[in-house]
Amino acid sequence: MIGNRAGLDARWRSFARDPFLVTGGGVTLGLFLVALLAPWLAPWDVDHVDVRRQLEGPSTNHWFGTDESGRDLCTLVLFGARTALLVGSLSVLVSLSVGVAVGGIAGFRGGRVDELFMRLTDVVLAFPGILLAILIIFVTQAPSLWSVVLALSVTGWAGYARILRAEVLALRQRDFVEAAFALGLPPVRIFTVHLLPNTFGPMMVQATFGVAGAILAEASLSFLGLGPQDVPSWGALLDQGATYFLLTPHLAIFPGIAIMVTVLGINLLGDGLRDALDPRLRHGAPTRRATRT
Amino acid sequence: MNDSLLQFLVRRALSSVGVVFGVATLVFVTVRAVPGDPVESILGEQALDVDKAGLRECLRLDEPLWRQYLLFLRDLVDGTLGRFCDDPSRTVRAEIVWNLWPTIELALWSLLLALLIAVPLGVLAALRHRTWIDVAALLVAMLGVSIPNFWLGPMLLILFSITITALPAPGAGALGFSALVLPVLTLSTALAAKLARMTRASMLDVLGQPYIQAARARGLRERVVVFRHALRNALTPVLSVLGLQLGSLLAGAIIVEKVFARPGLGTLLLSAIEMRNFALVQGCVIVIAAFYVLANLLTDIAYGIADPRLRQSGGDP
Repeated sequence: MIGNRAGLDARWRSFARDPFLVTGGGVTLGLFLVALLAPWLAPWDVDHVDVRRQLEGPSTNHWFGTDESGRDLCTLVLFGARTALLVGSLSVLVSLSVGVAVGGIAGFRGGRVDELFMRLTDVVLAFPGILLAILIIFVTQAPSLWSVVLALSVTGWAGYARILRAEVLALRQRDFVEAAFALGLPPVRIFTVHLLPNTFGPMMVQATFGVAGAILAEASLSFLGLGPQDVPSWGALLDQGATYFLLTPHLAIFPGIAIMVTVLGINLLGDGLRDALDPRLRHGAPTRRATRT
Repeated sequence: MNDSLLQFLVRRALSSVGVVFGVATLVFVTVRAVPGDPVESILGEQALDVDKAGLRECLRLDEPLWRQYLLFLRDLVDGTLGRFCDDPSRTVRAEIVWNLWPTIELALWSLLLALLIAVPLGVLAALRHRTWIDVAALLVAMLGVSIPNFWLGPMLLILFSITITALPAPGAGALGFSALVLPVLTLSTALAAKLARMTRASMLDVLGQPYIQAARARGLRERVVVFRHALRNALTPVLSVLGLQLGSLLAGAIIVEKVFARPGLGTLLLSAIEMRNFALVQGCVIVIAAFYVLANLLTDIAYGIADPRLRQSGGDP
């Protein structure tokens, strides 16, 4: 799959021409910068509380206004980017690793192991959306950033496992894999050297959408009061905003825009990557059963 | 009804029962993985020893784990789903049944509205492929997927409840059709966006097929070609993912119910979490997941009846 130099150049040029990829990539890069530089970009200290200025509207002092305990909303939104990206990337990293291991072994070994792993996957996927994450957070009581990452990882691995298994099953039929078996190469080597690199494209695409999904899930959990209690979170700010929406609409508007821009940017990046890396799934065409097998 | 269809139905139904059983087991295991003492987390450390012992007995924490599991399964099979510790005459089932209808009502109307928006939008975008209409539809769909429903809800409230007073403000008393408008609008947006993109892609796929060219060559009117020949085939794969999409609708209902202070399964689940009522949390999670499994089963069956080729590999991969 890894082409020669000229092929890479051509591919790079086609990347740069795709407006989705460029916009999405730009937004995502910007977000990582904001998250990284939050302490220097923020107009106020993140712990600064001014009890005399609770729920104030935007002013020259506080550009986005203040929240219910008198903290600067702009600062909180900037620091919220840290939480969102940290939860998003970490939980995808963990679920992707587990999913690749489970799906890879299931597809490669087949038989009983496959049957067992896939039934387990079915069960985890039978919990709609963030329901399983809600249950796990309930169990961990005072949720921290890490318990949210754990909850989203326990929920998230099954999707990757299913996709990777399907990819491995399809690749096993291919001539170059048959040839590798015929040559008597050790199975572990066939899997890691010949099979896994060829699943890179579709898995990258899924992981990108996964980050957007995890960020949305973290915000949803925080909105329900089940998010990380120890760090600023867009969802928690929105929860305040929804409570006082008539008094102080700014409290709902700014964190909401932050979530929307982030999720839209990362989804655009995913769409662009899909067109570039996984032409079979172009523009979300629902190939029959693609989502289930 | 022929044999292959019957076999397919039985196999799918059995596998769904298996999945629900697995879901219940996973819930049991997760809830028992509580770090620390659940009794203290419910009553607080200062509670009287008598109360603690009573609750411990009610939660069956004195029993060995295998017996706890068997009793849990008994509650599942006889349908009570457990009882309240502070009032044994109340079953979890009764609470859930009481709160079921508002959530189903919300989800079904949202599903209907999403289809009514998505199908025309997707067809229009496909017919006007590569024009500004197509691009605009794509952008609307992208935006729709990215707007979180817990943001759209408050925004709609600000917009409508203040400017147009015809729609009731949120609250437990606000039921009936007019109280459904904003919640349904909020819940259906993301689904409509996803379905519109699928309809467009599927429609483009079908419009490129030889039999559409053949239909045009036979001189059929464009309207007949598009609606009778293309749309019918294009909708099959879209409908096949509807069951899966219902999952995001059920999870979204939890959030929308909170935004609009509506009664329902989501509100029940959140209050159960707040009260740390283990039996009720367990019951809500299992019932919501079971509805999702049922929706997938029904979609699969409808799809299996419509397309006999799928019965062979039917349902599970």
